[in-house]
Amino acid sequence: MRSSIFLLLAAAVGVATFFALRYVHNDYLFFAGYVVLQYIVLATAWNILGGYCGYVNFGTAAFFALGAYCSVAIHKLSPMPIPVLILVGGVVAGIVGLGTGYLTLRLRGAFFSIATLALAVVVQTLITNWDFVGGSRGAYVVRPATAPLIGSYIQYLFLIMLVLAVLAVFAARMVERSWLGYGFASIRDDELAAEAAGVPTLRLKLIATTLSGALMGMAGAPLPYYVGYLDPASGFNLAYAVNSIAMPLVGGTTTWIGPLIGAILLGTIQQVATVTISSAVNLLIVGVVLVAFVMIAPNGLFGLVEARLRARSER
Amino acid sequence: MSAPLLEVEDLGKRFGGFVALEGIGLSVAPGERVGLIGPNGSGKSTLVNCLCGTLRNETGTVKFDGADLEGYSAHERTRLGMARSFQLPRPFFSMSLVDNVRIPLLYAVAARRGSHLTAAEIDARCRELLGLVGLSAKARRWPRDLTQVEMRKLELARAMAAEPKLLIADEAMAGLSHSEIDDILALLVRLNEQGITIILIEHIMRAVMHFSQRLIVLVSGRKIADGSPQTVIQDPEVVRAYVGE
Repeated sequence: MRSSIFLLLAAAVGVATFFALRYVHNDYLFFAGYVVLQYIVLATAWNILGGYCGYVNFGTAAFFALGAYCSVAIHKLSPMPIPVLILVGGVVAGIVGLGTGYLTLRLRGAFFSIATLALAVVVQTLITNWDFVGGSRGAYVVRPATAPLIGSYIQYLFLIMLVLAVLAVFAARMVERSWLGYGFASIRDDELAAEAAGVPTLRLKLIATTLSGALMGMAGAPLPYYVGYLDPASGFNLAYAVNSIAMPLVGGTTTWIGPLIGAILLGTIQQVATVTISSAVNLLIVGVVLVAFVMIAPNGLFGLVEARLRARSER
Repeated sequence: MSAPLLEVEDLGKRFGGFVALEGIGLSVAPGERVGLIGPNGSGKSTLVNCLCGTLRNETGTVKFDGADLEGYSAHERTRLGMARSFQLPRPFFSMSLVDNVRIPLLYAVAARRGSHLTAAEIDARCRELLGLVGLSAKARRWPRDLTQVEMRKLELARAMAAEPKLLIADEAMAGLSHSEIDDILALLVRLNEQGITIILIEHIMRAVMHFSQRLIVLVSGRKIADGSPQTVIQDPEVVRAYVGE
């Protein structure tokens, strides 16, 4: 499928989702949907480095919270429209992603993952001690009551995250099918052989960390307006890191569709569980689903379907 | 005689206190077929790794096609026209055979030309390369479906995809049967006839003797002989290293 057609289709699905939810006349759906969309962006972003290149990042929360805290800082200085905040958050998190990559990418496997975890702790400590954005007390961000054109502010936030999710998935698909995607996959498979084939592995890994970090920061930028009150404990919540790893693993890590399926599936289950049981059960659900998938379908849902199809075609 | 394609001077490499290579000097002319032999642990693979940039040599220089390779990373050397196959095949396991061959075309070849090839060009070239090594029928299969000898052929096809001037084949035949070795040898000779210089690292003497125009012998990290295969294997030092006294 051509990229332009894919983008049109994805946009159409997005528009249809938006109007279907509007038809129900219940703002809570937008609250819940926002979180699912946010996880689509986070899972897709994580997958660019973790799935395509094979570098497992435990520091999602750091990039995500960086985006969110950029918005808090700007809000305190002079409030700006959310699309601008998303751009700023993306640039800042992207730069941090590039720096992280430069410092850590000579590490491989578990060592890289531990370094990203350390990064999350360092960034959290810095933010906690930065008084301007509220420090450990947290910061209140009073969101406007209404948004232009759409009316309801939560619908506006939902729409923004929807656009971001469509763009993130589109970008991931573009990367995957380009020379970049092939290069990333060669790094995941065998870095030594990739170098021997002329792939500049270090440069490609830096592109991946930058891109992945930037998308995570973008996903975090509207967060202060969504929650209204942001403190380090919630911004750097472990759930972001765990979910953004679990979702691609459940869906399948080698292709753009994996994180999308995983985020919709796990994200929706969590939102339903929050309402029907308790939000505390969310991480338990993720844990159980993850263990089940590691045992039954280590390559995720997409891998499972693909293996079935291949077995059928070979018979 | 024309200028050498590869010129190594006084190359040395240590791992901690262990001297893996010391004072290695050799030169390879364009179009030549050179065999590199030596007992296990003599430093053959270390030498290949130093030439290809996987390891950094501590002393000495490597010149390739007139350029001093000091500070060049592995992928830059591949782009200059130096390709290798690995001792143990290292295919990209998550990719089909065509995609395995596609990687060097997307990177090494595109970088050398300064522009990306068109999709049609790449597809045609992939088919051609897999045809060259006789793997056309399995183009859409995955490396795990291949036999050992097919894996080696894929390894060579991927090295060839980078359009090298010099191909370093690191034990491309270890563990293969008689007829399979002849298969690979014929392939290497064919590549050489197309103008590619080849360094063959090999244990199997029959193959090396048949293939090489010149033989270089490494023992314990030093070069002990360099010359025509017939004279080299009669060299008393070589005999001592291989057979013992």
